[in-house]
Amino acid sequence: MAETRTPARPVPPDARREPPAAPARRRRARATAGTARLAALLVSPTLLVLAVVVLYPTVVALQQSLYGARRLDPRTGFVEETEPFVGLQNFAAIFGEAGSRFWNAFWNTTFFTVTTVLLETLIGVAMALIMHRAFRGRALVRASILIPWAIPTAVTGLLWRWIFNSDGIANTLLGHQVLWTTEGFHAKAAVIIADVWKTAPFVGLLVLAGLQVIPNEVYEAARIDGAGILRRFRHITLPLVKPALLVAVLFRTLDALRMFDLPYILIGAQKTSVETLSMLAQDQAANVRFGPASAYAVILFVYVFLIALAFVRLLGADVVGDDGKVKRRRRLLPRRPQGVAA
Amino acid sequence: MTIPASLRKWLLSLGVAAVVAYCLAPFYWMLVSSLRRTSDIFDNSLLPSPLSLENYRAVFDPSQAFTRALLNSLVVAGVTTLLALVLATFTAYAMARLEFRLKRLVLTLIIATSMFPVVSIAVPLLKLFVDLGWVNTYQAMIVPSMSFTLPLAVWNLTAFFRQLPDELEQAAMVDGCTRGQAFRKVIIPLAAPGLFTTAIITFIAAWNEFLIALSMTNKPEMQTAPVAISKFSGATQFETPFGSQMAAGVLVTVPLVIVVLLFQRRIVAGLTAGAAK
Repeated sequence: MAETRTPARPVPPDARREPPAAPARRRRARATAGTARLAALLVSPTLLVLAVVVLYPTVVALQQSLYGARRLDPRTGFVEETEPFVGLQNFAAIFGEAGSRFWNAFWNTTFFTVTTVLLETLIGVAMALIMHRAFRGRALVRASILIPWAIPTAVTGLLWRWIFNSDGIANTLLGHQVLWTTEGFHAKAAVIIADVWKTAPFVGLLVLAGLQVIPNEVYEAARIDGAGILRRFRHITLPLVKPALLVAVLFRTLDALRMFDLPYILIGAQKTSVETLSMLAQDQAANVRFGPASAYAVILFVYVFLIALAFVRLLGADVVGDDGKVKRRRRLLPRRPQGVAA
Repeated sequence: MTIPASLRKWLLSLGVAAVVAYCLAPFYWMLVSSLRRTSDIFDNSLLPSPLSLENYRAVFDPSQAFTRALLNSLVVAGVTTLLALVLATFTAYAMARLEFRLKRLVLTLIIATSMFPVVSIAVPLLKLFVDLGWVNTYQAMIVPSMSFTLPLAVWNLTAFFRQLPDELEQAAMVDGCTRGQAFRKVIIPLAAPGLFTTAIITFIAAWNEFLIALSMTNKPEMQTAPVAISKFSGATQFETPFGSQMAAGVLVTVPLVIVVLLFQRRIVAGLTAGAAK
C-alpha cells in the first residue's frame, strides 16, 4: 500500500509504458524507508510524552514501593534526609496485621467493579434495544443519554449526596429513612446506584452503535425462517453485537477498577465501607507515605493489567479497534498475538 | 410477532420515556435544588417556589474563590486539550495512513496507557513535583492529564482519519504536492470536524479530572472547579451548603451540556468510532 502513495513526481504518460519490473522495485524500497522515517517522526512526540507521563512514573512507582517512610533518626533527633530502603516490606505488609485496610480496599474495588459493570451492562443493553427500536424521539434520547456522561464525576458525587441526604428526595420517595451516606452497606449501595446512573447510558450508546451496523435483512431472513423474538435476540443480536459489547464492558471494568471520585465525594475519604484501592493509595500519598502508596498503586496496576489480559485472551476482544485493513496488514506484518492490549 | 402493533408502539414510547427520565431526573433535581432559597432547600416539591438565585449569589461570593476555580479549570483543560490535539494529529495520521513496522504494537501501547489507573502515575509524579516545586502550578495538573487525554485523542483521530478516502491525498500528490503539503492543505481542512469532535471529547475528559487536580494542589486559589466544589463549606462546619453546591454543580455542568446538545451527533460518532467495528 505504501508504495502507491509515495511523493512521486507527476509522471509523463509515455513513462508509464516502460517495463515496470526493476524501477518499480527500486522505487518501492526507497519509499518504504521514507515512510518509516516519516512515521517515526510523526509518532515519536506522542511516544515521548507518554514515556514521560506514564512510563517514567511507573518505573518510579516500582522503585518507590521498595522504600519506607522517613523516620526520626534516633541519633540526631531530626527527620531523616532519605527514605530507608525496606525491600518488599511494603508488599509483605498487606499479608500482616496492617494489611486489613488494604484487603478491605481490595474487596471493595472488586465488589464495586463486579456489581456496577453487571448492572450497567444489563441496563445499557436494555436502553440500547429501546433506542434502536424507537423512531420518534430518537434525537431527544440521544441527547439525554449523553448528559450523565458529560456531568463531571465530582458533580455526580455531590448530586447523589444531595439526593441521598437524610432529608433528601430518595428517602422521601422511599417513604423510609435510610442513612445512605454513613458507613455500612447502604453507602456501598449509594455508590453503586450513582455509578450505574452515570455510566449505563454510555454502555447503551456503545451497544447501540453495535446494533446499528447489523443489517436488517438478517432479521428479515430469520423471521421468514420462523425464528421468534427470543431466538433472534440470542442467535443474531447477541453474537453480532458482541464486539461492541465487549469493548464497552472492558472499558467499564478498567474504569471501575480505578474508581476514585465518586466514593470520595459521595461518602468521604477514609470510609471503610467504600474505600477503593485508588482512594487508599491517594490517601497514603497525601500523608507522605509514598512507599506504601506506591506499593498499592503497583498492585492496582498489576490487577488492571491482569484483568485486561484475561479479557483479551479469553474473549479475543480486538480492543485495538482495527478496521478493514487487517488483511493487508497481516500480509505485511507477521501476525502478532493479540494479548498485548494491556 | 404476537404483540399487536398499537401495543408495541405504546410500549416503545414508554421505554423511551423511561430512558429519558432515568438520564435526566437527577440532573433536573440538581437544577431545581439550585434554584431554591436556602430556607426551603429541604422542600421536596418538584418545582422551586419561590424561585431564587440566592445560591448562585452565594457561589460567586468572593470567600469561595469559585470564579478563580472556573478559570483554573479552563486553563488546565484548555491547554491539555490543545497539546493533546496537536501531538495526536500527527500520530493519528501516521496510524491511519502509513504502513510501518511495529505499528500495531505502538497503537496498542498508546491505547493501553489510557486504561492505566491514574493513581499509579499520580503518586510518583506528585513526589517528583514536590521535589521540583511544581505543587500548586498549572503544569503539575496539565502534564499528568496528558496521560489519558493524549491516548483518547489519538484513538479518536485515528478512527476519523481512516474514514477519509486515501484518494484525496494521492490526487494532491499526483498534482505535485509533497506528503506534508497534502496533509496540510487537503487533510487538515477535511479533518476539521474530526478535530473539533476530538477536542470536545478531550476537553470534557480533562475538565472532569479530579484525582490529579486534588493531589497536585493544596492552595484554594489553584484548585480546579471539581475540586473546589467538593470542598465547598458552609458558614459553619456543621452546615453542608447543599444549595450552593448544587448551583456550582449546575454552573460547571451547563456549558458541557450545551456543547453536548449542540454537537450530539458528532460526539456520538466520535465516542463510538472505536466500538462499532
